[in-house]
Amino acid sequence: MKPQAFDYARPDSADEAVALLAEAGDEARILAGGQSLMAVLNLRLAQPAILIDISRVPDLNYVRAGATHLAIGAATTQGAVEWRAQLATEVPLLAQAFPHISHFQIRNRGTVCGSIAHADPSAELPLALLALQGEVVLRSRRGRRVVAAADFFQGMLMTARSADELVEEARYPLARAGERYAFEEFSSRHGDFAVCAVAAVVGPDGIRLAVGGVSDRPRVKTWPRLAGADLEHAINDFAWELEAKDDHHASAKFRRQLVRHLGATAIQRAST
Amino acid sequence: MKTYRKNDVVRIALVLNGQPRSGTCEPRTLLSDFLRQELGATGTHVGCEHGVCGACTVTIDGVAGRSCMTLAVQAEGCSVDTVEGLDRARKAASEDGLSDLQEAFRRNHALQCGFCTAGIMMSCSDYLRRNPDPSEDEVRAMLSGHLCRCTGYTNIVRAVLETAADRLGKPRAPGARPDEPGHAAIGAAEQARLVDA
Repeated sequence: MKPQAFDYARPDSADEAVALLAEAGDEARILAGGQSLMAVLNLRLAQPAILIDISRVPDLNYVRAGATHLAIGAATTQGAVEWRAQLATEVPLLAQAFPHISHFQIRNRGTVCGSIAHADPSAELPLALLALQGEVVLRSRRGRRVVAAADFFQGMLMTARSADELVEEARYPLARAGERYAFEEFSSRHGDFAVCAVAAVVGPDGIRLAVGGVSDRPRVKTWPRLAGADLEHAINDFAWELEAKDDHHASAKFRRQLVRHLGATAIQRAST
Repeated sequence: MKTYRKNDVVRIALVLNGQPRSGTCEPRTLLSDFLRQELGATGTHVGCEHGVCGACTVTIDGVAGRSCMTLAVQAEGCSVDTVEGLDRARKAASEDGLSDLQEAFRRNHALQCGFCTAGIMMSCSDYLRRNPDPSEDEVRAMLSGHLCRCTGYTNIVRAVLETAADRLGKPRAPGARPDEPGHAAIGAAEQARLVDA
């Protein structure tokens, strides 16, 4: 298989990358790890005029732990974050989510920001970002803006990113005292796309449950510290709100059942 | 900044299994096709061409990844290793024979048709350097990125665990098959290099 022919640019800095984006706009695709994009190109589901390869831009390749969040640059691979020794204490939810993301070989090249920009509704990294109330930094020649995860993901492969913007950084909030985290997923085989994935954050004030793979984008719900039948009803209502659809992977009914089952399991795990 | 136009014929230089090599391609040429068709390195196999099967896995600057999901232009100037280079250290020491990993696959009958094997080896060569003493679950998770339709994986898992045990000087699992006649045990220096690298 060959992708349709395209121009190729490998900028040396983020400035050069956004300058190229400003010129090419819709016609361009950013190439970072290529683990979603190259499959799309090989299958000719997209035929961009130019690829802007940011994988070697040094000022986009970083992981920085600040006071409130872990900042991950656009060229940073998932593997680089996953193999970070402190990850399980910094962002425990991410450490739990990584093993579910495709395979070792894919995470080695795939980038965190690439998965967020691609916005597949069943992808784990957007789900974790939404559950933790993280942020996305968008950069263009016009400047930078910071968008909350809840506003960034807008639909199937649809985000708040404009054509001239680069997803420059993802910000995953660090673990907070008193909060606990759990990630659960069902897929047909290990590493396949999630039929349903959930992330739970349980703190003194309440419960947050995010669900991926069911709706057209990851969705999140916040409740006070419910328990027993109240919690069951709340999760059930959420499962119906997601408007699950039948497809060749699973029926809508099965997906709702997965939301109920995995949701309760994750909340339980994050509560004890 | 490097830029190539879509119809350009691009000369790409890289280091393949320790040897400087170069060849021409288009910007859209996949690394898998470049290795096989331009450089003649046909040990790397091409299966699904969209990242699912794992047959085309190589290491790029030491990190295992799919060569079908990498453009040849992206590997420009990089160090690419393929199955052809696995016995490099032995050859450099003027020794005959396979690498320890390859020996373990042979001993354990961890391949049948061999189509998936080259990719699996390259994953293992990266993974065992990073995680020299993996659990069976960890090996199975790593192997989930490879499809093998012959062996049922059990023997592959055994071969990988045995390689790790040998490198660390630990006993092999009970019931392990003996080394074949003519098998030259891996030297201590080579063993240290593989574990430390």
